[in-house]
Amino acid sequence: MKKPVLREVNDSMGFYALLALFGAIILIALGATYYMEHNGHWVTGMNNQIVWGMPHVFALFLIIAASGALNVSSIASVFGRYQYKPISPLSTVLAAALLLGGLMVLVLDLGRPDRLIVAMTYYNFKSIFAWNIILYNGFLAILVVYLWTQLDQTKNKYSKLAGFVAFFWRLILTTGTGSIFGFLVARQGYDAAIMAPMFIIMSFAFGLAVFMLVMFGAYKWTQRPLGDAIVRRLKNLLGVFIGAVLYFTLVFHLTNLYATEHHGVERFILMDGGIYTTLFWWGHFVIGGLVPLALLYLPQTGMKRSMIALASVLVILGGMAQLYVIIIGGQAYPLEMFPGMEVTSSFFDGVVGTYSPTLAETLLGIGGFAIAMLLVTFVARVLRLLPESLADDVVDPHHSKADA
Amino acid sequence: MTMQNTDQSRRKFLGTSAAAVAGVTIAPGVLLHTPAQARPVDQPATSAQRWGILIDTNQCDAGCNDCVTACQSENGWGSNETKSSPEQQAEWIRKVELKDPNTGYKQSLPVMCQHCETPPCVDVCPTGASMKRADGIVLVDKHICIGCRYCMMACPYKARSFIHETLTDQKTVAPRGKGTVESCTMCVHRVDDGGTPACVEACPGKNGKAMVFGDLNDPNSEISQRLKQYGGKQIRADLGLNPGVRYQGI
Repeated sequence: MKKPVLREVNDSMGFYALLALFGAIILIALGATYYMEHNGHWVTGMNNQIVWGMPHVFALFLIIAASGALNVSSIASVFGRYQYKPISPLSTVLAAALLLGGLMVLVLDLGRPDRLIVAMTYYNFKSIFAWNIILYNGFLAILVVYLWTQLDQTKNKYSKLAGFVAFFWRLILTTGTGSIFGFLVARQGYDAAIMAPMFIIMSFAFGLAVFMLVMFGAYKWTQRPLGDAIVRRLKNLLGVFIGAVLYFTLVFHLTNLYATEHHGVERFILMDGGIYTTLFWWGHFVIGGLVPLALLYLPQTGMKRSMIALASVLVILGGMAQLYVIIIGGQAYPLEMFPGMEVTSSFFDGVVGTYSPTLAETLLGIGGFAIAMLLVTFVARVLRLLPESLADDVVDPHHSKADA
Repeated sequence: MTMQNTDQSRRKFLGTSAAAVAGVTIAPGVLLHTPAQARPVDQPATSAQRWGILIDTNQCDAGCNDCVTACQSENGWGSNETKSSPEQQAEWIRKVELKDPNTGYKQSLPVMCQHCETPPCVDVCPTGASMKRADGIVLVDKHICIGCRYCMMACPYKARSFIHETLTDQKTVAPRGKGTVESCTMCVHRVDDGGTPACVEACPGKNGKAMVFGDLNDPNSEISQRLKQYGGKQIRADLGLNPGVRYQGI
């Protein structure tokens, strides 16, 4: 087995072009933020009925994906799969980058982002948000140490320990993220313990999809060899995670459907919720579930890089649709304060909430992706992050073409 | 001397007051009437009181909006959000109309912050800006609210509003500002002065007031007596939040 050599990416036009592209998107996002914060949230589609909107869909997607982007590192360190070891540092950096991107979106959408220092100095320890502030910051610190043990040969012996800590921390972190909704007793669409494990499974799928796209891009643009051995393993894993997400979605809705009190909200999401029903069936189930499963497993498409990349893109789009349905659909369904009664008021009681995302809030969300990608691009240039080769004989000496 | 005169008049006044208090006292320590509850400004609120409001929906007129307009003029909301859409404008208190689809029976009632004993908004607030006073009044500390809106996600009564634009001409008793969350304060500034909330004061009712304010901890208060005699319901009692606002007739 050849020893994998990690090498920084070269100074090239492509590198600077990527930096410029992501930088430009970030500048646009910051401009959008200034516009929203200067005017106030009245220029967004968010209102007092739908209080969390597009920025939260992006932010939560990025935060969930961050946890899942660490899959490859975890499998190498915690589960001892040496084949994943060369590419693990990329996984760790991507996790940190996605988390920072998500947090940026979340913070910039606050009503008072200038009070970030307040959020860091005043803690209500009963709040899941407060736990998450600690979990997110702790995760970043752990990832820095983990990356150090992965990249510094003299600290390599600690990478297993750091990997364990990071693995358990990310499970707790995503539990915390899922519990933001799971613990909300007030709303019919939430208040379910299954939200926490479901978010963990979603993180596995979303994070791996982002990781695969980044890996494909990095190896294609740096013209380094990427063998089928690693790709085949990862795409099979992605397929399993997509299936698991569908399974959790099924259990979540079946449980609700069994209880008459939840029939209203289930009918809303699954049958007559308009955009939310469309996004659930077409976005989450078909585009984010069935189609990528078919692309990954059908013999005609399963080994084509372009099709695997397409499947990854669809998992990301489907994941965004799923979060849109959970976050915004869950708020759009009216609060049930007076069961069995028809309710009307000047404050939109008893009616489905309306929300149309504006360009500015969507640009802020896209800026979160750009931050993450800019960080990864930058780190790949300044650190010896990417193996020079991920050819089959480097990844796995026992690999034979017959396995493919 | 003027000084002496002043002192004498003060003594006279104190004497008369003492006699008046003695007049309603049937035994040492027992008063026929609860004295004004004004609390010195340097004293913190205590759990000796639990302030509450009782709303009798049978007395609440569907066409009447007096509690809402009284709250608006007391606390200065309802007219100064010019850019926000109706969905974005704040409402501290609103009239809700109910109709039973099976029988056609209609009811009208005001809904505002229910001032829960265990408020979900306080639980979820990351900074502690959402807080409950010892006397049960739930408030937002505008100085440490970061505008995350998690409390609005958690409130089962949709009682809270986020401010979507720059505001001017706020009332000194009710500071409000862009990017923070606000809700009914149970007119805490009036309560601390021994008064009643503006909505309760303004309520004309059909044949007598539909709203009663008082101390739920005091078994002799009107609100406690009425609740003891006629009972009262909580909106979403299933959540076990023990709100300070109770309803009769729903």
